[in-house]
Amino acid sequence: MAGPDIKAPAYRTIPIIPALQPDSMAHLKCYVAKENIQEALGFKGKLSDNWQETHDAVIARMGELLKKYRSLRVFMDSCVHCGSCTDKCHNFIGTGDPKNMPVARQDLLRSVYRRYFTVAGKLFPALVGARDLTREVLDEWYNYFWQCTECRRCSVFCPYGIDTAEITMAARELLDFVGYGQKYSNEIIGKVHKIGNNLGLPGPALLDTLQGLEEDVKDETGFDVRFPLDVYGAEVLFVTPSADFFAEPHIESTIGYGKVFHAAGISWTMSTKASEAGNFGMFIGSYDQLRKVAMRVREAALELGVKRIVVGECGHAWRVAYAFWNTLTGIGAGAKDPFAIELQKQLDHRYKQPTHICEFTWDLIQQGRLKFDKEANDHRIITFHDSCNVARGSRMGDYAGGQFEIPRHVIRAVANNFHDMAPETIGEKTFCCGGGGGVLNDELIELRVKGALPRMEALQRVVDDHGVNFMALICAICKAQFSKVVPYYGFKSGMIGGVHQLVSTAIKLGNEQ
Amino acid sequence: MNILIAILFYAATAIFVIGLMIKIVEFARTPAPLLIPTTPGPTTASGVVFRMFREVVFFESLFKGSLWIWAFGAMFHFGLALVVVRHLRYFVEPVWTWVAILQPFGMYAGFLMVAGLGGLMARRILVERIRYISTPSDHLMLVLLLLIGLTGLGMKFFMHTDIVAVKAFFIGLMCGDIQPLPVHPGLYIHLLSVAVLMIVFPFSKLLHAPGIFFSPTRNQIDNPREKRHIAPWAAALEAKN
Ligand code: SF4
Ligand code: SF4
Repeated sequence: MAGPDIKAPAYRTIPIIPALQPDSMAHLKCYVAKENIQEALGFKGKLSDNWQETHDAVIARMGELLKKYRSLRVFMDSCVHCGSCTDKCHNFIGTGDPKNMPVARQDLLRSVYRRYFTVAGKLFPALVGARDLTREVLDEWYNYFWQCTECRRCSVFCPYGIDTAEITMAARELLDFVGYGQKYSNEIIGKVHKIGNNLGLPGPALLDTLQGLEEDVKDETGFDVRFPLDVYGAEVLFVTPSADFFAEPHIESTIGYGKVFHAAGISWTMSTKASEAGNFGMFIGSYDQLRKVAMRVREAALELGVKRIVVGECGHAWRVAYAFWNTLTGIGAGAKDPFAIELQKQLDHRYKQPTHICEFTWDLIQQGRLKFDKEANDHRIITFHDSCNVARGSRMGDYAGGQFEIPRHVIRAVANNFHDMAPETIGEKTFCCGGGGGVLNDELIELRVKGALPRMEALQRVVDDHGVNFMALICAICKAQFSKVVPYYGFKSGMIGGVHQLVSTAIKLGNEQ
Repeated sequence: MNILIAILFYAATAIFVIGLMIKIVEFARTPAPLLIPTTPGPTTASGVVFRMFREVVFFESLFKGSLWIWAFGAMFHFGLALVVVRHLRYFVEPVWTWVAILQPFGMYAGFLMVAGLGGLMARRILVERIRYISTPSDHLMLVLLLLIGLTGLGMKFFMHTDIVAVKAFFIGLMCGDIQPLPVHPGLYIHLLSVAVLMIVFPFSKLLHAPGIFFSPTRNQIDNPREKRHIAPWAAALEAKN
């Protein structure tokens, strides 16, 4: 693919807003899903040869979505084109393509909404920027709605909270519906249904990997740290993105999780059936797929009889787990319906269900149940990247903003050198890594490199000012994305790692103090 | 002419009220199947009320987003609010005390409003990004509001009109008794543009006014782990499989 000839955009000396470069990203289009992939998910296999049929299907489906999703309905009507969001998207900042401005991205859909669903658009299309749905418009949707990482940064700055991610999801659902799905995401969802995880790692291979991991850790530390799979009656079901099983640097965090459970003496298990925390159903905006993928976790929890569910380092997975699991699968609390009660009776409600691994580790640290040799991390000067889905779509702990503090508390408990990046690039204003939302594929590498620009600028500053040599993450996609794109900006891939990788380095196993 | 203007205002009011009600019912009836508050967000209902208050009164998110737009937007909306209050005197007799007290402020608010609109218009034309996203209707909306503001100010400071008669007209209008309106071009333009504004309200981006109250990213409580949230259609799906 286009790897080597993609160039990282230059840092902006003063972070000014780029001049518009119309259509600079119009050429970028990821692969379309094949028929079998589409049909396996219950979507139409491919676009009809008869345009009118596609046209009518899109409009009819849009009408249905408008009745199902208040977000879509209200967001379509409420935008005043104020411009507050225009310069907030990393993909606009990195590419200068005006259609990557959040409001312009929304308008790709809104223009069609206006034409078919509003009086003004039916009567005076030119006046209100309404347009007919044509094949060109559909292609434009495909190109630009797959250039959104659904990071929600734009929604922070919109006076009406308009979240472009919601609109992107609706658009992708429309595209899937008429047979114009994205290969990358839909293929992955298919693998989850067939095999149990995004990477298509079957049960035996998984068992093998985990046993190998046990041996490695034994060799390295001398301790019998276990990585159990499908153990009935364990206290904790641990669900993590499948990249954690073998990808670099993900695996380092996996070792960290195992060590935490070991040191705390809490029985845990992973599951073949739920060997994936990621849920690409969210990326394609399909409630149905979102629910089907999430149901595997419910089923695994019921089968294994666990008391707690803990989720590993993954951004969108944590959003789905934290914000949607209770709705989709009854993992959580406070429900009266029989469906939800079945599982909720089994879970131990002294704990939050589900719990993020950082919450879990931080709880143990506060209880004094984990001991660390912080100096072991002294070769690292660390910064932390807030993953967008954790930052703006979820929470940790009992209070708003816990999702920012708890991972930092954990880092500070296990390491001595920590420096945050500039405040306007972290916390709720964090910039996306550039690889989220279903764009982590080779076809979109140009977007991924360019979209990383604002994060790279912020990183460069702490590298220059504090000598930072490690960026800690709590997201499988962030880890994969940064490992791949930081070299374009002159950094080493090795500076990317997980929070539990730091935990792993410093944690004391056994009882020696 | 008086009759025509009276009919126009009856029609405009009806369209405004009924159109807005239909939209509000539509917003309220559409379910929000998933919890999607932009976090960090409030974890309690009172927290949501407070967040909404900050959004509606102080435009908190806009403040984070762009100081310029915030400043002009706040000038315009704050000015408009005072001007509307000031105009209540045309509709109630005797004038409520608090409305009377706010009268002098309302006068300056007219300038504030027009200045804010001017700023917004300048941005729309001068800033490349905002020009790119603007539709003709965005520009026209500003023109319309400016027309209302400028004719209003004009009548206050340059070409006075007989406001006692204007008041008699509107009080009469409210009980179906049409009184003569002073013949005054500024007044005609002023009233005509107000009627147009009322008519386009339910069909345009002015729906942001009710919209914000229904925006799921701002009006939801961030408590998904504590409470199960499920939309009727999603519950039906659940019952099926
Ligand atoms: S959700 Fe993120 S990627 Fe999508 S338009 Fe908004 S800021 Fe850009
Ligand atoms: S900030 Fe909100 S209202 Fe303003 S242009 Fe963007 S989406 Fe529209």
